[in-house]
Parts: sequence; structure tokens; C-alpha cells
Amino acid sequence: MKSMALSLGGEAFLPQGAIAKRPYTIIAIVAFALVLGGWFLMTNLGLVDPTFMPTPQATIKAAGALFSGSFVIDIWMSTYRVLAGFIISAIVAVPLGLFIGTYAPLNALIEPLMSFVRYLPATAFIPLFILWIGIDESEKIALIIMGSLPQLILMVAVDVRKVPHDLVEVSYTLGTKPSRVLWKIILPASMPYILDSLRMVLGWAWTYVVVAEMVGASSGIGYMMIQSQRMMNVSNIFVGLLAIGFLGLLFDCLFKLINKLCFGWSAQGR
Amino acid sequence: MEKEIMYRIHGVTKSYLVGKKAMPALKEINFDIRKNELVAILGTSGCGKSTLLRMLAGFLKPTTGAIYAQHQAITGPGADRGMVFQSYTLFPWLTVRENVEYGLKELKVPKAEREATVTRYLHDVGLDGFENAYPRELSGGMKQRVAIARALAINPDSLLLDEPFGALDAQTRSHMQEMMLDVWQKHPKTIVMVTHDIEEAIFMADRIVVMRAHPGSIKQVIDIDLPRDRDIHIKSDPRFIAYKEEILQLIYEESPAAQRQLMEA
Ligand SMILES: Nc1ncnc2c1ncn2[C@@H]1O[C@H](COP(=O)(O)OP(=O)(O)O)[C@@H](O)[C@H]1O
Ligand SMILES: [Mg+2]
Repeated sequence: MKSMALSLGGEAFLPQGAIAKRPYTIIAIVAFALVLGGWFLMTNLGLVDPTFMPTPQATIKAAGALFSGSFVIDIWMSTYRVLAGFIISAIVAVPLGLFIGTYAPLNALIEPLMSFVRYLPATAFIPLFILWIGIDESEKIALIIMGSLPQLILMVAVDVRKVPHDLVEVSYTLGTKPSRVLWKIILPASMPYILDSLRMVLGWAWTYVVVAEMVGASSGIGYMMIQSQRMMNVSNIFVGLLAIGFLGLLFDCLFKLINKLCFGWSAQGR
Repeated sequence: MEKEIMYRIHGVTKSYLVGKKAMPALKEINFDIRKNELVAILGTSGCGKSTLLRMLAGFLKPTTGAIYAQHQAITGPGADRGMVFQSYTLFPWLTVRENVEYGLKELKVPKAEREATVTRYLHDVGLDGFENAYPRELSGGMKQRVAIARALAINPDSLLLDEPFGALDAQTRSHMQEMMLDVWQKHPKTIVMVTHDIEEAIFMADRIVVMRAHPGSIKQVIDIDLPRDRDIHIKSDPRFIAYKEEILQLIYEESPAAQRQLMEA
């Protein structure tokens, strides 16, 4: 056991300790395997009713059928909505958050308001949005924006305030004018944190798209899942869940890659 | 032999608002700093050293009184007064070279001149070969070398140092002190350095301002009459040791135990 890849080193279990990349990967794979194995055993040994929980084999078969049908279009539609809502939110929230985090009067103008809006559950706006906008694409995108924009503004503002004031002061002694500090110091210093916030908010956007698609849509992963529920097709629901999980993982990896490539200088970018 | 005055600190007091109460941090400071001298401000932690330095830098305004830099009242920070903090304040997204180049770019120095200046100062602080490293790859001592080179590169009139070597180990610190003196001889400037290290103050300074606390004020100003080509060996010179004892005594008088004895006597 000791000579194998899983020897973690004596300090692995010290609080805030670290482990090497290889054991990390192995442990992560084991976690997936455990869940998959548990699922396989439970369903194949007949411990649960197959009407409510499909076997992995049945799920794979259902996936095959779905992918030869219109599921690719569903995935594309959901991804498109998520990205549209997310990108619009980011374009508005990042500059706004930067200004709020930097300039106290703007903070007073917007932060309390956003803190209030943030507590209104985005999903509670669905009836309003359907009345106002209808059930076309813009309604779904509006829901995603409602769910991500206020949060993202506040998160970016917090990220900006993490920039040490010493850096701002030292820039003054190097000839930087106060009007340029936002661009020269605060933006570059907070970029890695902002990217991390974007990554988190993208995850939430997936939640909202599925909800929106369950309520009034004719395409998308959420639509497929609600349709399958009506036909008691649990395998398809499982395929939908797994698809969302994998898409989320994919985008997460993408963000981590960007962080590593662009912000290698930062602890965030490691 | 009246020397040119760089800073005139005139009747300066400083109180901080804590809640609604004004807490006095500095009381009645009067002091002139001469051009191109190296002044050390020495005192225990909390006696207002940083407060005084931050007023010289222009980050803080005196509550009463005024500070003049070359006869002009200080109204805010500026490129004529470089600053090095104890906490490492390199721009982490810039390489060593880009950090040192930063101020030159802000002041719109042409590219060719920038390159030459950066190379010269990086050489002077002993960082040849580290141009393309990022700050997180550097040790604490190296970071402070970059910070010093960055402050010097735009050729300010003076350099304000707030415990610049305070976070470094003893060995690194003494290398840095020698390096700093060396750089200062090459590029004469007014240097005001805050420290709580007595040996560091004697080793580096022309004059030492010994502070007393609660509220902070100047207890005594001591001229350090040691030859200027100082190296590590001067620390065992009898004159050096005599200064050290004198200052230790001054600081001891300020300690709570000594104060109590005085009261009782
Ligand atoms: N921003 C502040 N608000 C309130 N009190 C402060 C502030 N900065 C410093 N002080 C107080 O002023 C005194 C002097 O602080 P400082 O100049 O930092 O001392 P030193 O640098 O000598 O350790 C201390 O008692 C400190 O608590
Ligand atoms: Mg201090």
C-alpha cells in the first residue's frame, strides 16, 4: 500500500494540509465510483422500485435513445439560454460592481438596493415575467438575469474591496492619479477574484434555466425532464440530471483553465 | 553651516476619531528634516511613528499644524515622495521588471529610457536575473528590494520607509540595511525611516528621533556621529555601543515600569 500512488504523505491530514495531484485525482475518481457503485447495487439488487429509480444500464440506454432524438438540440437550447443570461449579467455586473466597490457614493446608491433585491427569490418572478414578456426565449433569459445579476454585482463589489489599500496608496506615490486607480490597480488586482465569482454565478444560472424550462418551454433539458416526468420515464430524468452535471463540470474546468492561463501570478490562478 | 531644509514639521498634532471621541496620537511635533539626510524615527509600537510618516507622505492630514516639503504645504501624496511599506506592496500581476517600470510609465518616460532605468535600479538592489519573476515567486527580502527599486526608479526627492525590513529575518535584514545605505550613497535622497530596531536606526541614520508614547511626541533627537562608510563591523565599535546604551536608557525611561518608579519617587 505504501509504495502505491495512494500514499498521501504524513501531512495530508494536518488541517489545511495539501496532497499531490495524483492522489487527488485518484480520490476524486473513487468518490465517483462509490456513488456509481452504490447506485448500481441498489437498483440491480432490487432494493428500490425501478419505476422510481432506473438502473445505470437503463439510464445509458435512455441516453442513447435521447441523443439519437432531439436531446442535442435541448442541450444546445439550455446552454444558449444560460450563456445569454450569464453574459448579459456579467457585462452589466462587472463594471457596476467595480464602481460600487471603488466609489463610496455609488456604493450607497446601489448596494442597499441590491441587497434587498437579492433576497427576492428569482423564481418568484416567473409569473410576472410570463405576463410581461410571454414564454419566449427572453422570459427564460430574464429569469437567469434576475437570479444572477444582483448577486454578481454584490460579489464583484466584495472582490474589489479585497484589494489592499496599500496598493492604492503606493500607486499614488508612483504618480498614479486617483481617477486612474480603478483601471491601473483595482481592476487588475481584483480580476482573479472576479473570475471566481463569475464561475460560481454560472453554476446558479444552470439552476434557473432548468426551472424556467420546466414552467413554460418547448425545448431544453428542463423541458425534456418535465415531459419525462409526465410519462413516468425516470431514466430520461436521470439522463437530464447527469447532462447538467457534466455541463457544469465542463464550464467549471474552462473557468479554472482561464484563471490558470491569465492569472498565474495570483494564488487564485493556481 | 545651515543645510537646506527638506521637510518642516510645524506644530503638528494628530488625533484619530474613534467612535465620537478624538484620540490623540501625536502631540506638538516640531522638527526639520534636512535635504539628503537619513533620519530614523525610533519608538515602541503604537507611539505614532507610522502616523507621522503617513502625514509626510500626504495620506493623512495633521489635526493642527502643518508640514512643508521644500516650503510647500503637503496637500496629498505625490511622485516626489516614494514610499516603502512593511507589508509587501508589489503589484502581484506585474513582473519584477514591470513593477519597477510602473511609475516611469505613469510619468510617461519614453520606452528606451525606461528600460535603461529599470535595469540600472534592479542591478543596484542586487536583482539581476529576476526581471521576469512574479512577486509571489520571491522571498520577503527580494520583494522589498523590488519595492525599493520601484520607489527609486522615478527619482523622487525623498524616500519614506515604514519599518521596511521589519518582517525579515535578522540575517536578511542586515544585508538589506547595507544594501540600502549603498543605494543611498549612489542616489542621494532624503530618507525618513521608521523603525523599532535600535541597532538598525544607529547603523543607518544621520539622526535618530526617539519618540515617547501616549500621546506620541519627540523625546530626543540624537546625532549619530559615525563615519559614513559603515559596514557590519561598526556594530561592535565602542561608539556604536555607546549610542545604543544611550538610546536604550531613553526608551527604558518610557517603559511602564520606569514610569511607575518615577511616580513613586
Ligand atoms: N486609523 C486609525 N484610527 C484610530 N486610531 C489609530 C489609527 N491609526 C493609528 N491609530 C492609533 O494611533 C496610535 C499610533 O499609531 P501608529 O502611528 O500606527 O503607531 P506606530 O507606527 O508607532 O506603531 C496608536 O495608538 C494607534 O492605535
Ligand atoms: Mg507602524
